[in-house]
Amino acid sequence: MAGTQETQQQVAEITGEYKYGFVTDVDMDMAPKGLSEDIVRFISAKKGEPEWLLDWRLKAYRAWLKMEEPDWAKVDYPKIDYDDIYYYAAPKSQNKPKSLDEVDPELLRTYEKLGIPLAEQEVLAGVEGARKIAVDAVFDSVSVATTFREELKKAGVIFMSISEAVHEYPELVQKYMGTVVPQRDNYFAALNCAVFTDGTFVYIPKGVRCPMELSTYFRINTENTGQFERTLIVADEGAYVSYLEGCTAPMRDENQLHAAVVELIALDDSEIKYSTVQNWYPGDKDGKGGIYNFVTKRALCKGKNSKVSWTQVETGSAVTWKYPSCVLAGEGSVGEFYSVAVTNNLQQADTGTKMIHMAPNTRSTIISKGISAGRSQNSYRGLVKVLSGAENVRNYTQCDSLLVSSDSGAHTVPYIEVKNPTAQIEHEATTSKISEDQLFYCRARGLGEEEAVAMIVNGFCKEVMQHLPMEFAVEAQKLLGISLEGSVG
Amino acid sequence: MLTVKDLRVSVADTEIIKGMSLQIKPGEVHAIMGLNGAGKSTLANTIAGRDDYEVTAGTIEFEGKDLLELDPHERVGEGIFLGFQYPVEIPGVSNLNFMRTALNSVRRYRGEEDMSAAEFMKLVRAKAADLQMDPEMLKRFVNVGFSGGEKKRNEMVQMAILDPKLAVLDETDSGLDIDALKVVANGINAQRRDDTAVLLITHYQRLLDYVQPDVVHVMIDGKIVKTGGKELAIELEEKGYADVA
Repeated sequence: MAGTQETQQQVAEITGEYKYGFVTDVDMDMAPKGLSEDIVRFISAKKGEPEWLLDWRLKAYRAWLKMEEPDWAKVDYPKIDYDDIYYYAAPKSQNKPKSLDEVDPELLRTYEKLGIPLAEQEVLAGVEGARKIAVDAVFDSVSVATTFREELKKAGVIFMSISEAVHEYPELVQKYMGTVVPQRDNYFAALNCAVFTDGTFVYIPKGVRCPMELSTYFRINTENTGQFERTLIVADEGAYVSYLEGCTAPMRDENQLHAAVVELIALDDSEIKYSTVQNWYPGDKDGKGGIYNFVTKRALCKGKNSKVSWTQVETGSAVTWKYPSCVLAGEGSVGEFYSVAVTNNLQQADTGTKMIHMAPNTRSTIISKGISAGRSQNSYRGLVKVLSGAENVRNYTQCDSLLVSSDSGAHTVPYIEVKNPTAQIEHEATTSKISEDQLFYCRARGLGEEEAVAMIVNGFCKEVMQHLPMEFAVEAQKLLGISLEGSVG
Repeated sequence: MLTVKDLRVSVADTEIIKGMSLQIKPGEVHAIMGLNGAGKSTLANTIAGRDDYEVTAGTIEFEGKDLLELDPHERVGEGIFLGFQYPVEIPGVSNLNFMRTALNSVRRYRGEEDMSAAEFMKLVRAKAADLQMDPEMLKRFVNVGFSGGEKKRNEMVQMAILDPKLAVLDETDSGLDIDALKVVANGINAQRRDDTAVLLITHYQRLLDYVQPDVVHVMIDGKIVKTGGKELAIELEEKGYADVA
């Protein structure tokens, strides 16, 4: 594969700069700063939401007021002032464009700069052999464009922003939203329920294999704005979908909050493959700025023999708090979690998964690769839980940590709770320092020091990277190299 | 091509090479023989530029350039190849990817274009065939699960692909059975041209039955104590180091 070579090219080209740190200059429609019931009503009114949804938000807001911010994660950051955040920011030009021609050209240029050419992609897809990728582009608080909607509709697939889905498919949204992550699940989830602005809704009907990759591209642009993504994916019986999300933000000295809730529901014999390439602005080398990525992602394998596979490549954000999980409620259902988390400079990541085995014959696999560089802290935190009625459960967990610098930290915190004696649970963990012998071997074959690190790290992550859709694997490999820029020495 | 002058090298504050000089001309094959601990591998690592090998005195010039000023990868770009005594495993990185990245890094250092995937595949298949390497080995992770012989063969394939001006081969013959030894020797002989040179580091005469050296040096306790023709190697084999020195 040419991936590593491209990593090196990229590394050489970029020399340490966060590539996506620019700001787009467009007029924004903003909510007043701060959080109150009025702000919740403001957001709901902006979106012209039905009464039930406003009530739902208010209920969550009132619950949130009584909750406490969690402090058990191995991350350290100054207290967030929730009244110093804008909860709604939408480009003014954005009056629900029906087609790409109506989208503000400035926004289109932004996505082009990010390597997400919304318009071009449609043309590109006309080229023989190129696989089609549908994109939903979320800019601050709103979705600005969703491609391939018509073509997907022909296959029966619903792919649109969740704000639109609330209007067009209220019964589906109402049926499933909040069923996997309850409002009071945790502090950030409750906050999200109150003020969520946009995200993606996907429904794959019975027996349909989604004809193309679906993706959402999240961009935070406006200063002091929080982004509260809400994504809901439902795979009906026998359906299949592969979905990918990408995330970037401008370079700023202030921290910004991204608090998302993602819910996946897999019915009988269906499969959802959910991949993330998270590249939020990580802050500068002294730890100034960067995104707080506090995210609740959970899948409910509701149907028998359903399968959900989470793959994540986490390289960005100043602080990451994220545990994509699977509730294995359907007999014979399968949960998978493949993760690469890279931290450099002063980044902190506390990430892992929960596999909750509720039904018999359920299986889960967890492969986690943590890479710590600079003075960063990188923790794997995971739970494997087997309920008493779940016979013949199997889990395999492998957590490997690689230290690139001697000032960084790697931590592994696995919890295992088994209430059924037939369960087979395996856990393997390793921690190692990047090997001088490997580095010298690569350098003695002509690779520069950073290229050598990128190659060894890519090799270390191989088992996870191979689960990414091919179109994104090369991109993710490059990203690993770039994230480790300046980590040597 | 390579001129080593009055070289002294310390590792972790212990002097290993205690003043040695050496000159290698294009077209020549030199062998450095000596017992374990004589400083042979230290010389090889110092030429390749490994960290922790501190040059406290002397110079190394390669084609008129001060080698000690260059990073390891720049030395490879200039045309130096180090064959490892213990080739390193790199899990998750395919041999093909490794070799292609190495070759293109070197080409870029020289201001050349990357080699296309198709052209590279042709090259690597041909070199693997020359060295009787199973093409399946190219897809495997670098040296992972390779036998001793396979690792050394892999070093030879890498050398053939990078086509260095100067190959420094550190105990490439150690731990090989006779068939593997012949393959390695063929690889070295194939690299032997008027414009290239080879520095063989070994403590057995065995390899020299298959690769005829032009010059043989005997190294003892960080110094070259005797230099001669290929007959010196045979004399060493018969009489042992103590008597020759």
